[in-house]
Order: sequence, then structure tokens, then C-alpha cells
Amino acid sequence: MASENGSNTPNPSSSLLLEIRNLKKHFPIKRGFFKRTVGYVKAVDDISLLVEEGETLGLVGESGCGKTTTGRMILRAIPSTEGDVYFRDPELGRVNVTELDNQQLNQVRRNMRMIFQDPHASLNPRMTILELIGAPLRAMGLAKGTELEDRVADTLGLVGLAPEVMRRYPHAFSGGQRQRIGIARALVCQPNLVVADEPVSALDVSVQAQILNLLQELQEQMGLTYVFVAHDLSVVAHICDRVAVMYVGKLVEMASTLELYTNPKHPYTEALLSAIPKPDPRRRGSARILLEGEVANPADPPSGCYFHPRCAYAQDLCHEQEPAWEEVAPGHFAKCHFSHDLELAGVVA
Amino acid sequence: MASNENGAGKQEVLLEIRDLKTHFALDEGTVRAVDGVDLDVRRKQVVGVVGESGCGKSMTAMSVMRLVPPPGQIVEGEIRFHRQFDDRADAKDIVDLAQFESNDRQLRDIRGNQISMVFQEPMTALSPVRTVGKQITEAILLHQDVNKTEARDIAIETLARVKMPNPEQRFDDYPFQLSGGMRQRAVIAMALACRPQLLIADEPTTALDVTTEAQILDLMRELQAESDMAILYITHNLGVVAEMAEEVVVMYLGKVVERCDVDSIFYNPKHPYTRGLLNSIPRLEDVLQDKREKLNAIEGMVPSPYQRLQGCAFHPRCPDFMPGVCDEAEPQLIQLEEGHAVRCHLYT
Amino acid sequence: MTSIVANILRLINPRQRAVETPPSPATTFSESEDFYRAGQWQLVWWKFRRHRLAKAAMWVLAFFYFVTLFAEFFAPHAPLTRYKDLASAPPTKVRLFEVVSRSYRSPFIYTIVRGRDPVTARPIYRANAAEPNTIRLFVRGDSYKMLGLIESDLHLFGTEKDTMPLFIFGTDRIGRDIFSRIIYGGRISLSIGLIGVALTAVFGVLLGGISGYFGGAVDEVIQRLIDLLYALPSIPLWMSLAAALPQDWPNLRLYFAITIILSILNWTRLARIVRGKILSLREEDFVMAARLDGESQWTIITRYLLPGFTSFIIVELTIAIPFMILGETALSFLGIGLQPPTISWGVMLQDAQDIMSVAQTPWTLWPVVFVVIAVLMFNFLGDGMRDAADPYH
Ligand SMILES: Nc1ncnc2c1ncn2[C@@H]1O[C@H](COP(=O)(O)OP(=O)(O)OP(=O)(O)O)[C@@H](O)[C@H]1O
Ligand SMILES: Nc1ncnc2c1ncn2[C@@H]1O[C@H](COP(=O)(O)OP(=O)(O)OP(=O)(O)O)[C@@H](O)[C@H]1O
Ligand code: SF4
Ligand code: SF4
Ligand SMILES: [Mg+2]
Ligand SMILES: [Mg+2]
Repeated sequence: MASENGSNTPNPSSSLLLEIRNLKKHFPIKRGFFKRTVGYVKAVDDISLLVEEGETLGLVGESGCGKTTTGRMILRAIPSTEGDVYFRDPELGRVNVTELDNQQLNQVRRNMRMIFQDPHASLNPRMTILELIGAPLRAMGLAKGTELEDRVADTLGLVGLAPEVMRRYPHAFSGGQRQRIGIARALVCQPNLVVADEPVSALDVSVQAQILNLLQELQEQMGLTYVFVAHDLSVVAHICDRVAVMYVGKLVEMASTLELYTNPKHPYTEALLSAIPKPDPRRRGSARILLEGEVANPADPPSGCYFHPRCAYAQDLCHEQEPAWEEVAPGHFAKCHFSHDLELAGVVA
Repeated sequence: MASNENGAGKQEVLLEIRDLKTHFALDEGTVRAVDGVDLDVRRKQVVGVVGESGCGKSMTAMSVMRLVPPPGQIVEGEIRFHRQFDDRADAKDIVDLAQFESNDRQLRDIRGNQISMVFQEPMTALSPVRTVGKQITEAILLHQDVNKTEARDIAIETLARVKMPNPEQRFDDYPFQLSGGMRQRAVIAMALACRPQLLIADEPTTALDVTTEAQILDLMRELQAESDMAILYITHNLGVVAEMAEEVVVMYLGKVVERCDVDSIFYNPKHPYTRGLLNSIPRLEDVLQDKREKLNAIEGMVPSPYQRLQGCAFHPRCPDFMPGVCDEAEPQLIQLEEGHAVRCHLYT
Repeated sequence: MTSIVANILRLINPRQRAVETPPSPATTFSESEDFYRAGQWQLVWWKFRRHRLAKAAMWVLAFFYFVTLFAEFFAPHAPLTRYKDLASAPPTKVRLFEVVSRSYRSPFIYTIVRGRDPVTARPIYRANAAEPNTIRLFVRGDSYKMLGLIESDLHLFGTEKDTMPLFIFGTDRIGRDIFSRIIYGGRISLSIGLIGVALTAVFGVLLGGISGYFGGAVDEVIQRLIDLLYALPSIPLWMSLAAALPQDWPNLRLYFAITIILSILNWTRLARIVRGKILSLREEDFVMAARLDGESQWTIITRYLLPGFTSFIIVELTIAIPFMILGETALSFLGIGLQPPTISWGVMLQDAQDIMSVAQTPWTLWPVVFVVIAVLMFNFLGDGMRDAADPYH
């Protein structure tokens, strides 16, 4: 388990489960009759991070910043343009996911699974719950017949659904229940790592709370490691041990949750924290950092620090030079020229 | 407990909704989208409507606009709008919007002029094939007695009011050329062009990012403060309610379950559902607490819209459920104290 | 662990207190286990069933196909039997009352005799009130071999052998029963639609599927081919192709040649649709999920992609059938499609080519009525199916 705060720099020797090195995804932009490539959307641009066994790493940022793309590249659901993803597979040992052949990839995907954002789009409406949850077991040859049914029934119980529902089709379920089914499908082959892409964003608050609780319980029971993609910082505050903030395809800050929220070192993190509407009318009107303008276009990012057109602290240097990814405090990384000097406001009690 | 801050006593009523029922008769059964909603909006007041998906927030708004899509129909209730005519300060009358035929001239005169609406998805309100400026100008020409150049000036001025960058240039842009935030500004400009007395905002920031949402919320607050406009603000986000509203209406399954000022909703909630909602939301401050603390989720889920429950609609999920009471009779909306109404048997 | 499961179970399903009020039967249905366990086709059928018009059209068409399938039995006469003395006879009037005695009897017809109009010298027919012929069920008549198998001479209805024959829709120029010929002609006219769309389906799904699934250069070539075919005007193309067919081909070969010509342009639309569906389905989350589950390419195509658009293909094909029927009718009518002695509705209409014959023997236009009914029914059916095709919207 990751420690609550402070110096939880992942220690490569101990319990490192996932290591991402210089990962990039550049989508070509094609135009015209001959489909010429006229440029690239740098959806993910040089990301490196470590995930320890048993922890929950949050990946946050605004729409289009590349969270989903990063999550998908971890499982090689889409190929990466450049970079490496090392995963410590219980059977294969430490492997580079980007270099595996198909058979090895299938084996690794037993141990790293994905939960999708949209509980409606991610379940094939034409298959019963049994077929859906059993699909990985059947396809990977892990179980069949009654054994498969038993395992599906067990997993349904785990996510809080009655085993009787397995002959039903997805249309019989509400959004929250479908998300439980999606979770069951991810967990049925007892993985180590689960990449959850906004698993609660499409849900109502009351159901969201149930699913968050469920995810936490399952983590305790099964010792799961989560990469939790989200745009809601309150959800992340609740469930994550460490948080990485993305802006236009790059990581701008990463630290333990407590550290990042109370002592942000990047102006973008500060602005995000202050922009969230607080459910407390008595705090209304407390000073808020309003960002000007909009998120930069990943196909045509600004010079220097990508955040400079919107940053309240920008200096000339920021227009010209890209800041480095630096460890400002133990386990606390930031990508800002002035992260050592700025006094940024975080969450207060 | 005054419902507005300036202590100058209560403003007069602008909109009174009484026992509104809007139903959809479908093959699968009747969906009681709105099933007895009572609420008041006073002049210059921001009333927040919260509730989970499908509880009837949008259909309440659509009923006021008389834009309920078929087969939906207002089957009962009154929507009394206290109209004021700007040319004569004391000239007022009260019309019941629920009584009009859907294509009544008077109704069209009120809609988009004295009452206007901002939708969640800006593209539904904007035509993709005409420029933003043209669409705003048309709205002005439809309701105001001005010529084309004057309308254009008003349109540009309104775009400036909603802080559209370079309003003169943006005037000639097509909606697809604008970013999500700018589109929503354009839609707000269109709604504000005729200086409505009531603005209905249906989740205007739900599709936007937090930073853009913050910009739009700030803008709406400013616009509201500088004009005499009242806002009926619909959202499912309690944070947004806390930031925007003076009065709050909580809905569950087509009914108002609690109604009071914003401070009481957060610091003195009475209805078990309101309490449950408040306990369900993760908060930034959670970061300061122990990670393994679970959220206090409401049990179960919202029943299917075709299902009718006997007694209190919330009873299968309610932690304070009283057998023999709550599943027998339907609770009525009762006044607990001045300005605080709740629909629950705990208080009868 | 069990306690956790129990806890969660309680969370989902706290108390079974939802009162089962029985409002409308429909409500109980959409809450029922049958509904929850209904697969795609069940849902499509339930949704389709609600379209009364489409359902009625479906039964009408089923009736049409059934009757034409057993045309030998349902038609009172063989299609080529000529009643030389009764050429261009108007529809016989079926009567229930005797003209003279006004007494009632079971349906019958009077024998008609040919005379000549003294002024125009055209044949005119007069009923002979002295000679009633009762219409009976299951009468013996022209012998036939049903579907080439069962030999018989039994007909559903008609008059006794060697009495006045029954011509419900009259006879043509050379004295053949139009009603019987419509039934036999339906065989060709209605089946050409089916075979035509079957060909369309094969071309369309194959080429569209290849185009969408493989993409790249193949896609590019197929798309340009489709563009080219789109640009060609359909009627003139059909006409020139049909006119180029050797007139001395045997009937069967001609029939297939015409169906191929008719489907040449038709598959393009379907190919576009299939390609579009594949492209969009491929991007669906559930297909990515299937890949991550380790499903093979083949399983993904057959279990995830194909079922996603078979219903759309069926709808498209249903909508294409009337075009085929109209195409055959038009070509045959113009004399460049099927040729006599093959019988189709279009061939029959060759008799109604000049205004004079239409004016004198308007009953030769009866095939038009059936063309219109068939086309309308297919359109109604297609409408209902389009609506039901995606039960999940
Ligand atoms: N298949 C693709 N082809 C081209 N561009 C793509 C593709 N998929 C994603 N992108 C672009 O890559 C960028 C990052 O997308 P991504 O979906 O990872 O963002 P995200 O952070 O998950 O956003 P959201 O919060 O909206 O889900 C976006 O600008 C998007 O437009
Ligand atoms: N066109 C329609 N046909 C049938 N039922 C409808 C229609 N529109 C809405 N409803 C039903 O009316 C009920 C209330 O819908 P409404 O849109 O008002 O909910 P809402 O509170 O705005 O939810 P959301 O937060 O999802 O926007 C829902 O149960 C919905 O299924
Ligand atoms: S580098 Fe400059 S522009 Fe970028 S975040 Fe830091 S201060 Fe702002
Ligand atoms: S009436 Fe009963 S069931 Fe309904 S909210 Fe009040 S206590 Fe709960
Ligand atoms: Mg995403
Ligand atoms: Mg709504």
C-alpha cells in the first residue's frame, strides 16, 4: 500500500508495477484527396510516470488533454507512437508492453484490464451478461462451461449484482448497474492493474458514490492497483493516493494527493482547484482564479510553456523556453519555471 | 429567513408554478416526468433546481417555455407569469402560461422576449448554417421594434456583454468556428438580447470543462447583478447551486421534495433525500481526511420512470423509512418555517 | 468477504418495498423478466409489431408470395390456355340473383356470347340469362404439375369443365385469363425482387465490408467505383444493358440476366451503408473492449460487428425490392426485358401499350394495380422495419 502522503517516491526495487517512459501518441492530421499528412495532434507528448502496486494513481486534466489516450496506450488498446510501457506481469515478469507479440499481449491483458467511461457504449447490447463477463475467460481459454458460469456468478456477487441476472441483456440495467457489469468484466480474470477511464463521470451523484465505494472495497479485497482517469478533482481527492495533472498532452504536476491539493506547485493545478464549484454557499465569493481563454490546441500548441497564454504568473521566459519536469520536493514533480518561487494556494480546511 | 441578500424585503413574485403535471403517454406506460411541482421565482432572484437525471428538471423548464416535446403534455396545474411591460412601469398583468394554445401569439410574444432559455447543449439552440450574429439579430427583430442596423448594434453590444472576445469579428462567425465556451456565450447572448425578465438556464455548464464553467458562472452572476433579471437555474451539481442560487428546489421523481434558501439546504437540510445527496458528493476537503473513509451513498437506485410507488416515492431508498406510514400515504409539501418546505412524513 | 458481498447486495436491493401496483399491462411488461432476457431479434419484433400498417403490409405480402408459390392451384386457368372465342372478353360479372326470377342462388355467372357491334363492328359480349354456371370450390380444370412435382387438375375455384369459364379480370387479346396470368406473372415479378436483392446483398455486404474493414487502397478503389456508378443515370443504363441481351436466350437465362442488371446499380447504396456502419462500429467502445478481452478478429466480426448491422441490411434490402419490381416491369413493358411466353406483370402490360387498346380493353391494366400494391406494401413494411431496426437506439 502506498503511504498516505509525504515521501512516496516509487522505489523501483520494491513494488513497482507499471512504469511509463517517454510515452507519445501523435495522431496524424490528414487532408485532401491524397490523404496527405499535414500535421500531428500531439495527444500525448512525452509522459513518464511510475505506478506502485496497490496504489491508486489519478490522471486528471481538462477535456482533450490526452487522459484517455494515455490510459489506452497502457494496455496497448491503441499503439503508441514512441516510448515504453513496462509492466510487471505475475507470470511473464517485467515486460515492455509496446514490444510484445500478440500471444504475450493477450496474456498480459489478463492482468491489466480496463473500465470504460460510458456504461452504455462499452457493453455489446446483443450479448447476455454471462457472455459479456465471460468473454475474457472464454477468449483467453481460462474457463468454460459451468466453471465459467460459476466464475461469472462469483464476480457478479463481488460487484453487488445477483447471479440470476446473468441471462439478461444489458438493456435491463440502469447506468449504475451497467457500470458494475463493466467492473465485473474487468475483474473476472483477477487482474493486478485496472485502468479506469472516467468510471463514474456518466453517473448520477448518488450512484457515483456507490461505485466509488465499490471500487475502494474491491481494491482492499483484491489488492488492485488503479490508474484512475478523471476530470473531477473532488472524486480524485476522494479515491486517489497520488495524482498526475495533464495539460495539452503533457504532465504538468504530480505528487501525493494531499501534497498536490494543499501545496500545488504548478499554476494550472492551482487554477483547476480554485475553479471547482464548492458545495458550500458560505464560501461563495471567495477569491477565484479565473483562467482566461481556452485550452490550447494540441495540433498547434503555443511556444515555450504550453500554459503561458493563460497563466497569471507568466514571464518572458515562459514564452520562449519549455520548463523542465523537476522534482520540487521529494515525490513532488512539476513542470514550471517558477515552481520553487511561487506561493500557490491549495485546498484549505 | 429572507430569500435575498439585500435585506430590502422580499421582491415581488415573477413566476408561480402550482401543482404542475407534465406526463408522457407512451406505449410502455405513462411517464410522469413532472408530477406536482410547486415553485416561485421572485424578481431578480436566482432559484436553483437540483435533482438527479430524469427527475423532471428539464421538463419543468420546457413546460414553462411551453416547448414540451410530444407526446408530452401538461395535464394539470398553473404557470402564472407576472408580466411587466417596460414602457409603462406600473403596467402589469398575470397570465397563466399553461392555458395558452401552444402556438398562441401572446405566448410567442413572451417566449424569447420576457422569458428566454439557455440549453445544456449549445448546438441545439444554434443553427449550424447561419452566423452567430445573424441568429441574435433575428431574435431581436422578432421581438423588438427596431430596424436592422439598430438590431445589429444591439447584438454586438450583447455579445460584448457576455464577454465574447472580439464581438465585431465573432458576429460573422458560424457556430462551428467557436469553441464550446464561446458557443455557450453566444447562446447566452441570444437569450439576453431582449433583456428578459426571467432566464431559464438548463444545465448551461454541464458540457463544459471546469475552467470554462467557472468563466460562464461568473458571467451569469455578473449579468444577473447588473440587470433586473431572475434566473431559474437547473443543474445536478450541488457545487454550482451553492455558487449561484438564493433559493433551492430539490426534485425527486417529478416532485419537489424540499424548497428553501441556499444556506438551509447545505446547513439545515430536512428531507432524507437532500441529506443523502449532500452525503454522496465527494469533496475536495476529503483529501485532508483518511482515504479509506467511505462515502455515505444513498442505497438503491432511481426506480424506472414507468413504475409508480405507493406512498412516498423515495421510500425504497430512504434511511428513515417508517413502515406502515411512508409506504401508505403520499406526504404533502408542508411549510416547516418561513420559506422552508419539505415533503416528508418525518415532519407531519 | 461474504459479509462485504452481503453488504453490497443490501445496498443494491435494500428492501423489496416497491409496491407492485398494476397500472397498465404494458408497464408490467417492460419491467418483466421476458423483456430483460429478450435478445436483439425479439426486441426488433416487439418494436415492429407496434407498427400496424407495416404489420398489415407484411401479411399482405406473405399472402401474395404464398398465392404465387402455388399459382397452379390458385389460378382458375393455366396461363397459356387460350379461349379463342372469348378474346378480349371483359371481366365476367359474378352474380347472386337470377336476372329473370330475381331469386337468390350461390355465386354464378352467365354464359356470354360474342356478337358484333353493328356500327363499329367491334366484338361485344352479351350474357345469356338462360345459362347460369355456378362457381364452385375445388373444381377440376386445366391439369398441371405443381412446382414440377405434384400432378393435379384441381383448382381452388372456378366453373365446371366445359361450361362458361370464369374470367375475373377479363381476357387479353388472344383470350387468356388475365387473373390467372397475374398470379403466374407475380411469380416472376415478385421473385425478381427477392433474387435481385439477394444479389445486391452479396455485392453490397462483400464490397462494403471489404472497403470498411480493410480500408486503405482497396477502400479507395471501391469508393471510386461506387462514385462512378452513382454518376450513371440508372434507367438509360438498364435500358442499354437490357437491349444488348441476345433475344434468343432461353427464358431462364434472360431472367437471371435481368436480375443482375437490376442489381448492378443497387448494391452501391448498400455498400456505402455497410462501410459506414463498420467504420462507426469499429470505433465503438464495446469493440475495443472485445479486443482487450482477447477475442479473435473473426469473433469480433461475426459476433460484434455483423449482428450490429444485419437488421439495417434487411431494412435496406426491403426498401430496394420495390425498385427491382418497378425496374423489371418497366423493362419488360418496353419490350427489352423479359419476353413472352415468359409471364410477368411487365410482359402482360405490353398488351396495354397503345391508347386504343387501353380505351377498348381497360382491364388489361389490372397488372398495374398489383405492381402498385406490391410496391406500396414493401414501402410500408420498410418503414416499420427501419424504425424497429435499432431497438437500442
Ligand atoms: N483517433 C484519433 N484521431 C485523431 N485525434 C484523436 C484521436 N483520438 C483522440 N484524439 C485527439 O487527441 C486529444 C486527446 O484525446 P483524449 O481522448 O485522450 O482526451 P481526454 O483527456 O480523454 O479528454 P476527455 O476528457 O474529453 O475524455 C484530443 O485533442 C483528441 O481530439
Ligand atoms: N421525449 C420524451 N419522451 C418520453 N419520455 C421523456 C421524454 N423526455 C423526457 N422524458 C422522461 O421524462 C422524465 C424527466 O425527464 P427530464 O428531461 O425532465 O429529466 P432531467 O431532470 O432534466 O434529467 P437530466 O439531468 O438527465 O437532464 C424522464 O424520466 C424521461 O425519461
Ligand atoms: S512556466 Fe511560466 S507560464 Fe508556465 S506555468 Fe510556470 S509560470 Fe506559468
Ligand atoms: S416520507 Fe418516509 S420514506 Fe419518504 S422521505 Fe420521509 S421518511 Fe423517507
Ligand atoms: Mg477521455
Ligand atoms: Mg435535463
